[in-house]
Amino acid sequence: MKRLLRHRLFWPIVALVLLIALNTASRPSFLSITINDGALYGSLVDILRNSAQLMLVAVGMMLVIATRGIDLSVGAVLAVSGAVTLTWIAGSSSPGSIETVATAIALGLGVTLILGLWNGFLVSVVGIQPIIATLVLMFAGRGVAMLITQGQITTITSAPYTFIASGHLLGLPFALYISVLVVLVVSLLVRRTALGMLIESVGINPEASRLAGVRSRGIIWGVYAVSGLLAGGAGILYSSNIMAADANNAGLNIELDAILAVVIGGTSLMGGKFSISGTVIGVLILQTLTSTITFLGIPPAVTPVFKAVVVIVVCLLQSRRVRELILRRRKVSRPSPVEPLEAVMSR
Amino acid sequence: MSAPTTSLTGTRAAVFVSAVRSRTASWASVLATVGMLVLMLAIGQAAFGDFITPRLISSLFLNNSFLIVLAVGMTFVILTGGIDLSVGSVIAFSGLLGAQLLAHGWPSIVVIPLMILSGTVIGAITGVMVAFFEIQPFIASLAGMFLARGLAYVVSLKSLPISDGGVDWLIATQFTVGQWSVTPGVILALLFVACAFWVLHYTRFGRTVYAIGGNAQSARLMGLSVTRTTFIVYLISGTCAGVAGLIFASYTGSGNPLAGLGMELDAIAAVVIGGTILTGGSGYVLGSLCGVLVYGLIQITITYMSIDSWWTYIVIGALLLIFVVFQRLLGARRRA
Amino acid sequence: MSSIPHPVLKATGLTVAFPGHIALNAVDFRMFPGEVHALLGENGAGKSTLIKALTGVVRPDGGTVVLGGEAVRFSGPADAQRAGIATVYQEIDLLPNLSIAENVMLGREPRRRGSIDWKATRSLAREALGRLGLDELNVTSLLGHHSLAVQQLVAIARAVAMDARVLVLDEPASSLDNDEVTELFRVVRSLAAHGVAILFVSHFLEHVYELADRLTVLRDGRLIGEYLPAELLRIDLVKKMVGRTVSDFEALREQAQATTTEEEEPAATPLIAARRLGRKHAIDSFDLDVAEGELIGVAGLLGSGRTGLARVLSGVDAADTGSIAVSGGARRLRTPRRGIRYGIVYSSENRRLGGIVDDLTVRENIALALQAQRGWWRPISRKRQAELAQSYLEMLDVRPADAEAIAGTLSGGNQQKVMLARLLALAPRLLILDEPTRGVDIGAKFDVQKLVANLVANGMSVVFISAELDEVLRIAQRILVLREHRVVADLPNDALTMEDLLAVIAYGADPDDDDTGLPGSTGIIGT
Repeated sequence: MKRLLRHRLFWPIVALVLLIALNTASRPSFLSITINDGALYGSLVDILRNSAQLMLVAVGMMLVIATRGIDLSVGAVLAVSGAVTLTWIAGSSSPGSIETVATAIALGLGVTLILGLWNGFLVSVVGIQPIIATLVLMFAGRGVAMLITQGQITTITSAPYTFIASGHLLGLPFALYISVLVVLVVSLLVRRTALGMLIESVGINPEASRLAGVRSRGIIWGVYAVSGLLAGGAGILYSSNIMAADANNAGLNIELDAILAVVIGGTSLMGGKFSISGTVIGVLILQTLTSTITFLGIPPAVTPVFKAVVVIVVCLLQSRRVRELILRRRKVSRPSPVEPLEAVMSR
Repeated sequence: MSAPTTSLTGTRAAVFVSAVRSRTASWASVLATVGMLVLMLAIGQAAFGDFITPRLISSLFLNNSFLIVLAVGMTFVILTGGIDLSVGSVIAFSGLLGAQLLAHGWPSIVVIPLMILSGTVIGAITGVMVAFFEIQPFIASLAGMFLARGLAYVVSLKSLPISDGGVDWLIATQFTVGQWSVTPGVILALLFVACAFWVLHYTRFGRTVYAIGGNAQSARLMGLSVTRTTFIVYLISGTCAGVAGLIFASYTGSGNPLAGLGMELDAIAAVVIGGTILTGGSGYVLGSLCGVLVYGLIQITITYMSIDSWWTYIVIGALLLIFVVFQRLLGARRRA
Repeated sequence: MSSIPHPVLKATGLTVAFPGHIALNAVDFRMFPGEVHALLGENGAGKSTLIKALTGVVRPDGGTVVLGGEAVRFSGPADAQRAGIATVYQEIDLLPNLSIAENVMLGREPRRRGSIDWKATRSLAREALGRLGLDELNVTSLLGHHSLAVQQLVAIARAVAMDARVLVLDEPASSLDNDEVTELFRVVRSLAAHGVAILFVSHFLEHVYELADRLTVLRDGRLIGEYLPAELLRIDLVKKMVGRTVSDFEALREQAQATTTEEEEPAATPLIAARRLGRKHAIDSFDLDVAEGELIGVAGLLGSGRTGLARVLSGVDAADTGSIAVSGGARRLRTPRRGIRYGIVYSSENRRLGGIVDDLTVRENIALALQAQRGWWRPISRKRQAELAQSYLEMLDVRPADAEAIAGTLSGGNQQKVMLARLLALAPRLLILDEPTRGVDIGAKFDVQKLVANLVANGMSVVFISAELDEVLRIAQRILVLREHRVVADLPNDALTMEDLLAVIAYGADPDDDDTGLPGSTGIIGT
């Protein structure tokens, strides 16, 4: 029981269950799932479908954060991806053809991969702090997106493109497949290979990792590239959902939601150990929260207040200070059995 | 061992060189910003003729007075090595709160302090989380940001006009000398810069701010009140945001739940362009003022050149990049 | 001096408990004005904890502290400082981004009408530095632009400016060279002469005997005793600190010398042949051949280029000049990764920064380098990692041998062993150890020395860097001596004595002076 309480996913899962319980209590139909035209519908399905965008961004963000970094540019990159893809489709003679859509998506993802590589270059080669390096693209990226769409909101009609966000496959939303696929691929990539350990090692102690022969530069560069690519994927989901490229509002503040989801999931912003399952739960908590607010009849605009509460509660629960208060530890220093002074000073 | 001190401190010449280097190193970024400001004005003058006019300079200050106040608060926070994402949202909250209260007939003499106080409260919440609970500033101020934006919507879901003399006075009143004009809002902003300069350089509190940015653990071991100072820094930033909200509401003549969207980034960018290092411990509030002016000048130039507004983002991004790389090179040299 | 009746500081029954661990167990401790009191003990003996309890960083769970006749209970470092206890820590202490004047005066700047009076601040700082004989320092220059030694003296000046009654110096000499140590000791003595009570922590017995008026020894969080240096032989002091006899170490030396005599004929091609290898500001170009199964010791003072040599040789830092041949084939070693590929591994002198990955488990720490070498797409299975870790933990006698423990919670000595295990897992041909025994307790030190001797006996080549000359003398077959970034001598360790070595370090390869009276650096088991 004690070990269960101390498990780092314990509180996030409790929060998620509580949210679902709250929803069910206020509207019992919350849990019900109906089948219509061979496709599943219901609040839970919606949450899973709608969380796909954030899921992609958050998974990329998690990898970046694990290396002690942060990627503020994901929102802007998301906007660029939507802009590139939709501008290509809009300019094509056959917007409805699969080939056009495939080319457009490849283009969009290609551009965002380059943007991710650019971030990685600034961080790993030039050596600029991640928060600033990605701030550059956070500004410039949105400008570039507007440049591509010429400040217009480009709208298109293309059945295959609509399918990405709104279509169903075997009864489940297609977006859910994308989301699950990304989580699976990333999980396999980091946990079935040694990548996860190397990422954590670089995040915890970059110099020691270098001396141990870890290719830190390549790893850091890689995670930013992945983050860019996944943000690009999210951009395609976003634009497919509204069938428009909105350079101003696409992915606005999604970097903050993604960081929040990662932190809720128990990955520290200081880098190091990361948890994919935690991030997934974090994303679901945020998405359920948004749905909850709608269900409870509160104006969705007020959502940030609830997010703020979640941030504060989660952070306080993870805070060493609060844990010490709860455990009634009087010690000022970190409880480290050996070399306590060094340990404290090294933080 | 005849002259042990020589072996420790080097020759007088070396000492002198190191002193000169210290000074230039810390001012170099600010000088670069000033240089950039002058260069932009010169290029503008050369390209458009009649660019450097009292009108332009006046409006540069007028249009950016709220950003100056925000940047002042942000400078404090960044000097400690922190960051405050909540300030943009506070502008919306503070402005909308004021508009709503005025609409309910409250007198402006009560409403104006309440508007400022609303920022102080958000700053206090962020500050408690950062200083007492040791939550990373990024996340703590993110909570402040969500909270303020959400509360703005709680106050009102849509924009409310402000037609109160007391609030309007800040911007509507213009003191004119020849073609130069200045509003109480601008004077207030400059007053904040002056106060911040004094506080940062002539009070123990201010020096503690720099000390925390240098190394919080050392500062604590040196007996400085790190926790209290950190808390107050966020209080200052929140209060500045409250004041900026007041000026912005007066500037736009309304309270708007969407006001100040992303303005925290503008403030951060201005501070960084002004030569303050994001890891803390080094920078000047006068630099931040120059940073805001550079920012404003870019917008004006882009309007003058009548090119699309999104170039502003791209130019700011490029400028940030240049400055950051510059600081990086400077830092690398200093370590050598 | 021992006849002074009233101690300025007296702690009785001081106890500090951490969860699951009593760091300080009912320790008595006293300090007299004008005395330098050395605090001795291995790592984990409770020295740091005692200091923290006395300076308000940690609140004791039991016991009393009496300062100047009054019982005190500090709420924090600031409180202790106000009461007159100043501390100079070993590493991070001051603020490199501020001026020297500010670092001396921070928090106590004189004010005039609410503003800091900078002129008065600077002059007070100058005065404090002047009292230490540091008149030439420019107080407006940034602290970060000065050497570590100056920074440390500035930290002491800060204590002087506070009129501290008690000054705590936590390993102040560990990163200074000899001139700097001399300067530091002069300052400490002059402070003591002014009546300041000084608590002094050092791993160097030479320093302790040179400076201290009184010694207190701790072991495992308990007080072993308080002694006067004149009444305690060095050898007895070591026994009290360690609880292990010195003859253990003698056996090692014999073993090392036995291997020297065994391997008389040199191999045809040396394992490593470095020619004119060098790097600016780190090490002047040098030639070096390392034979298979050879144990080369590197001696020299801190800053003599020891670490520079090791880093260039292992490829951790790229060389500016020269070439390296491994088994006769020319190689370019520009990154640690390439060094590893050719079987050359480097163990950093800085465990915390360049060694241990604290949040990972011991198992992951040990597997890290091997995994990095294989590439991320060829993972070592968890089972295999565990076996690997377990076998090394047993071989290196890490206790407790818990492969799933978080590496950051281990003691310094065990962390060093884990670092070694990580490198040994690579099955290297040349192992370059940069101060592998610094800051580890004597038991672990002995284990590391024994291990190195065994590795060499099994054919591995080792370059062993140590600040402790007797350690180098005891185990190396050949000793390189470094001085001012130059390799000045390459001496076979047959009839070499400490005196010879000191002479080379002090005067270069051809000493024509018999005076070897250098202070310090001879380490724990001196004479």
